[in-house]
Amino acid sequence: MSSTLRFLTIGLLAAALAWPGAVLAQDTIKVGVLHSLSGTMAISETTLKDTILMLVDQQNKKGGLLGKKLEAVVVDPASNWPLFAEKARQLLEKDKVAVVFGCWTSVSRKSVLPVFEKDNGLLFYPVQYEGEESSKNVIYTGAAPNQQAIPAVDYLMKDVAVKRWVLEGTDYVYPRTTNKILEAYLKAKGVKAEDISINYTPFGYADWQARVAAIKKFGSAGKKTAVVSTINGDANVPFYKELGNQRISAEDIPVVAFSVGEEELSGLDTKPLVGHLAAWNYFMSDKAPANKVFIDQWHAYIKKPKRTTNDPMEAHYIGFNLWVKAVEKARSTDVEKVIAALPGLEVPNLTGGVAKLLPNHHVTKPVYIGEVRADGQFDVVWKTSGTVPGDAWSDYLPGSKDIEADWVTLKCGNYNTKTKMCSGQSYK
Amino acid sequence: MLGTKLQITWLLLAVILCAPRALAQPPLRDVGDVRLVLDELREASFVEKERIVERLSGRGDPSIRPVLSALLEDRLFVRESDRHVFIVKSADDSLASLELIDPVSLAGAGSASRDDLTKIGTNNQLRKRLRALVARFDLSGPDAAVRLAAVEEILRSLDAESLALLRARSAVEPNAGVREQIEIGLGLAALDSGDSRARLDAIAALTRTLRPQVRNRLAGLLERAADGSFAESDERVRQAAAQAVHAIDRWRAFYGVFETLFFGLSVGSVLVLVAVGLAITFGVMGVINMAHGELMMLGAYTTYVMQLAMPNHIGAAILLAIPAAFLVAGMTGVILERTIIRFLYGRPLETLLATFGVSLVLQQLVRSVFSANNRSVETPAWMSGTLQINGALSITVNRLCIILFSLIVFAILLIVLKRTRLGLDIRAVSQNRAMAQAMGIRTGWVDAMTFGLGSGIAGIAGVALSQFTNVGPNLGQSYIIDSFMVVVFGGVGNLWGTLVGGLSMGVVDQLLEPYAGAVLAKIFVLVALIVFIQRWPRGLFPQTGRAAESQA
Amino acid sequence: MSLLKWRPTSVGAAWTMIERDRGGSVFLALVAALAIAAPVLNQVVPASSPFHLSTYSLTLVGKYMCYAMLALAVDLIWGYAGILSLGHAAFFALGGYAMGMYLMREIGPRGVYGDPILPDFMVFLNWQKLPWFWVGFNHFWFALIVIAAVPAALALVFGWFAFRSRVTGVYFSIMTQALSYALMLAFFRNDMGFGGNNGFTDFKDILGFDLHEDGTRVTLVVVTAAALAASYLACRAIVGSRAGRLFRAIRDAESRARFLGYRVESYKLWVFVFSAVLAGIAGALYVPQVGIINPSEFAPINSIEAVIWVAVGGRGTLFGAAMGAVLVNYAKTYFTGALPELWLYALGALFVLVTLFLPRGLVGLGARRRRVVQAGVAAPVIWALGSSVGVSLGSKLK
Repeated sequence: MSSTLRFLTIGLLAAALAWPGAVLAQDTIKVGVLHSLSGTMAISETTLKDTILMLVDQQNKKGGLLGKKLEAVVVDPASNWPLFAEKARQLLEKDKVAVVFGCWTSVSRKSVLPVFEKDNGLLFYPVQYEGEESSKNVIYTGAAPNQQAIPAVDYLMKDVAVKRWVLEGTDYVYPRTTNKILEAYLKAKGVKAEDISINYTPFGYADWQARVAAIKKFGSAGKKTAVVSTINGDANVPFYKELGNQRISAEDIPVVAFSVGEEELSGLDTKPLVGHLAAWNYFMSDKAPANKVFIDQWHAYIKKPKRTTNDPMEAHYIGFNLWVKAVEKARSTDVEKVIAALPGLEVPNLTGGVAKLLPNHHVTKPVYIGEVRADGQFDVVWKTSGTVPGDAWSDYLPGSKDIEADWVTLKCGNYNTKTKMCSGQSYK
Repeated sequence: MLGTKLQITWLLLAVILCAPRALAQPPLRDVGDVRLVLDELREASFVEKERIVERLSGRGDPSIRPVLSALLEDRLFVRESDRHVFIVKSADDSLASLELIDPVSLAGAGSASRDDLTKIGTNNQLRKRLRALVARFDLSGPDAAVRLAAVEEILRSLDAESLALLRARSAVEPNAGVREQIEIGLGLAALDSGDSRARLDAIAALTRTLRPQVRNRLAGLLERAADGSFAESDERVRQAAAQAVHAIDRWRAFYGVFETLFFGLSVGSVLVLVAVGLAITFGVMGVINMAHGELMMLGAYTTYVMQLAMPNHIGAAILLAIPAAFLVAGMTGVILERTIIRFLYGRPLETLLATFGVSLVLQQLVRSVFSANNRSVETPAWMSGTLQINGALSITVNRLCIILFSLIVFAILLIVLKRTRLGLDIRAVSQNRAMAQAMGIRTGWVDAMTFGLGSGIAGIAGVALSQFTNVGPNLGQSYIIDSFMVVVFGGVGNLWGTLVGGLSMGVVDQLLEPYAGAVLAKIFVLVALIVFIQRWPRGLFPQTGRAAESQA
Repeated sequence: MSLLKWRPTSVGAAWTMIERDRGGSVFLALVAALAIAAPVLNQVVPASSPFHLSTYSLTLVGKYMCYAMLALAVDLIWGYAGILSLGHAAFFALGGYAMGMYLMREIGPRGVYGDPILPDFMVFLNWQKLPWFWVGFNHFWFALIVIAAVPAALALVFGWFAFRSRVTGVYFSIMTQALSYALMLAFFRNDMGFGGNNGFTDFKDILGFDLHEDGTRVTLVVVTAAALAASYLACRAIVGSRAGRLFRAIRDAESRARFLGYRVESYKLWVFVFSAVLAGIAGALYVPQVGIINPSEFAPINSIEAVIWVAVGGRGTLFGAAMGAVLVNYAKTYFTGALPELWLYALGALFVLVTLFLPRGLVGLGARRRRVVQAGVAAPVIWALGSSVGVSLGSKLK
């Protein structure tokens, strides 16, 4: 008897809590933040949440947007991919946010994509990724492969005269796609198949002895060898530690990484890593005045003078300013109007240049190659002369070179220029 | 008229044609020249900088060495006020004003504030070139170790000039080790000589070296060009080279087995370290501690905090971190035991769940206190680097230290259990609690101490782990399943089982890895273990007797 | 193996058993009410009304019910037969993957690369044809068979070896954990043909119905509710039968049951297999509602969470396990939204408190008032201590 009554009580309590509370007067524009604050991705994504909060704060100090204050709605999808979709739905349907800044891994983005397309939301995605996607509801402010991987390989081939290549990645879509593109690119430039070694390791792989010894062996065949690393997350620390232990210096076998930035280096002893490379569209050590202002604001906001800034933060900076500009241009936060207003807008980036939003929902970005310094910062050793426009569909993959994305004239993210058909994943 | 004009034209042409050559290599005869050349470094691109340092060292004047090594060590700066180049005594981050040294006279030149100085940057290629150039100067240095390092560096990028230096040096070098390395360099050069006898001799001399450069060079002799002709024309020399390459490869394969064995032992010793603490709590007390991984994490963070507290004595910090981690993790374990586990004796499944909850709390606690980011733990100099046994086998020092460390820890644990009073009490309580109580042993206290011991060992394992893997809140999660596997495989309650089990699992994993890849090797080990347990449910060295039966 | 002892003595006796089980009746009534209320509140009640059930909440309800089914599966073998499986999420995920494979085949030429047969990730990996284990998944009935068959087969093989060798208790739990961990590693590999790290996502429709339409979602919720009710009735029938009594005997004193002449291994094996099938079906219903299946579903922590749901609700009482699942997941949804930093503290504290103070879960609350008071005092104290220590230390040391 008592257990039944207790269950009824609990059930009623739960039901009472489930019903939404009184709807408060809405006089703010809601900005959704969909970044993991716990779990494996928390390390990278918590900084991005704080960046958006800072930008919202600054915009409110400037008087808000369209006369209303901005309110950030933060949720924690906890590095759990199904939870990402659920939280995205929560932000769009329950909290009714006007825009969402979020996601890091491709899985999380793919998991929320159907939600954004069904509910017609707007997502700004700040991380470098593998391309092969262009959605009407997503603005990709991170680098596409032609804005990071290809220029890095060009630098190694021309300036460092690399003849043998190790493509070392973590086993998931971004490294697999990037390595596919790079393999095709290298072969197109005349590199023989036996001079390319491709290898994948699982997430969080910690014991790199055997693998690094194999790289050493591959690199001691007499030709200059370089490692193109798409190793992600936690596995980077033991990888670089092992490189240091086996005395593989950057002068012998340079490693260029696409997922290692200032934030990742702050958790490492960087002395054995001096000289290894990274390719990004932004480095904290850039001397542009806009960068200094941003860094000072960040240190004041986060109240820690030693915190680093990195490329995804700049991507959010660009994305946020693009959104604000688009809203002001469209005089509304309605998603359709904002999406229509966005292409063609230009905002300053943090390296002294300008980021322009293209019709394929990608941004123009400069490419920098930096060498690791002993203090965890990067010295820029090479850069593109101007900005590179982002290309969602790589020209080096047979399945993608005929495909084009254009949301202004063609109104399609997956348009095949040969068959003149729009297809693919766009939700219709 | 024409004749004179022609003559003048020829003269002008001659001057024009010869001038660039003359201008390109101006004799650096005086100080002013050196300074001018140094000033060119200010605006030069990296490629131009390489050319400039080549010119600077071209004469072989040892006074240029300090400039080259300063540039290598990021200590060459331009003073903005007068645009002169200076060497800086120390470019440490903490100094606001840097002491300047004149690059030519090497005398003190006052000081300047950091804001007035711009560093002259280097990149990988430039640094590599600088090292080779500095090595040439070091070849005639007083210290034999420095000379050896210089020869090694020169061997990495052999060219005509360094070869000439090596030849000159070989005549006067007193140290045998250095002379041996020089001979290798000269041997490699001899492979290019016109005389086939000399080439054969060189091959005979080089066969004993297992260096990759030597092997590559010998294999290069056997290469076919596009038209079918060999790089090496003489048939006998080719045969000798082929034999030499074959011999070198055999030796390398042999040492490769040792290398794989070493990798397996180092992976295994890590497994033993993380599992042995669990073997005590699980085996001796029957308590499943899912928070074991987090106790290791606490040990790793203790190392980090120690290094924060003693930033200038990293080596000492690590040594002190060992007892500190033991205490921190041990105390946590004792608290855990007294507050939670004590009430759950005899209910292993509940202990599992409760300790899992504790592990979540500990993870989140560390995240709140230290932030979710990984923390950097430095390896001290005496623990880093490699021991080069020969050209084919090199052993990383830190892994060697970890192997030795885990063996020492294991030995100490064995001694504690077999020879101390505490160990006796622990064994008594685990074999028959009621009798032990009847004999007057305070079982509650012994339980707490056992758990504390197991947890303390986990903390020490964390110190070792911090040396080669991430120190972050998720450190424990990566190792918890492995540690359980080792304990179950080795036989619960048996330390020797843990040792044998851990080492063999590590070796098998590393043996499989080159063939199957890391993931498949891991999966295979797990599946093999599952199958093994079906056949021998109590592990390699099972406990026997009625007490053991009733415990499970 | 004698199956005679499985059948309840008569249908009428079964119904009497159910009526005697008040908690269970309340539970079934709630499920039925939900099955009726959900479509009404979502489709009929207008969106502006505070009683409208949004699609978001609808999906949550469906998800909770799938978890409740998983909890039932775990409670059946743990609460009644004493087998603690720490790898049941593996069976859940296997069923989910089977359903996912069907849904991927259903996408057809509407994928990114437009290939009518091969799913996108295979085109991307340059595979020329469908691997053998994908053949047949374009038929729904085939997928249904696999959803039940694969978890059953795995449980059969694993269980047969394990129980035959008398691997019990803690050893068995650790082995199941190793199994789910190995499966997770395997499914993360892109070369396996299961989508690797990305898993399966971007589903379009099921049996011709668009998965994103509210109507389909509502139907899925109703089907899940029906499946939940059916699983509950099936479990209750098993537990109430003579076989159920034998399970309790095995749980309490296995050796004694064996010496009394019962084929203990066979019974354990069959209940383990049945539980695995239940988990697989739960997973299969979960995937179309959540829209993604990914190898992290195999993670050992998911299985341990399932056990905690059962422990919180009340092990050995089927409806308690189901309610525990709903309660804990609801709390998770709430806390990861409201107080994300404190969620793990709360979850950890829940584990500890439930095992210490509520060995019979919330269902056993009524009988232990003193324990309730202890738990009620301890919980907020631990929470406050933990979070305040963490936050204050954090602001000083970070």
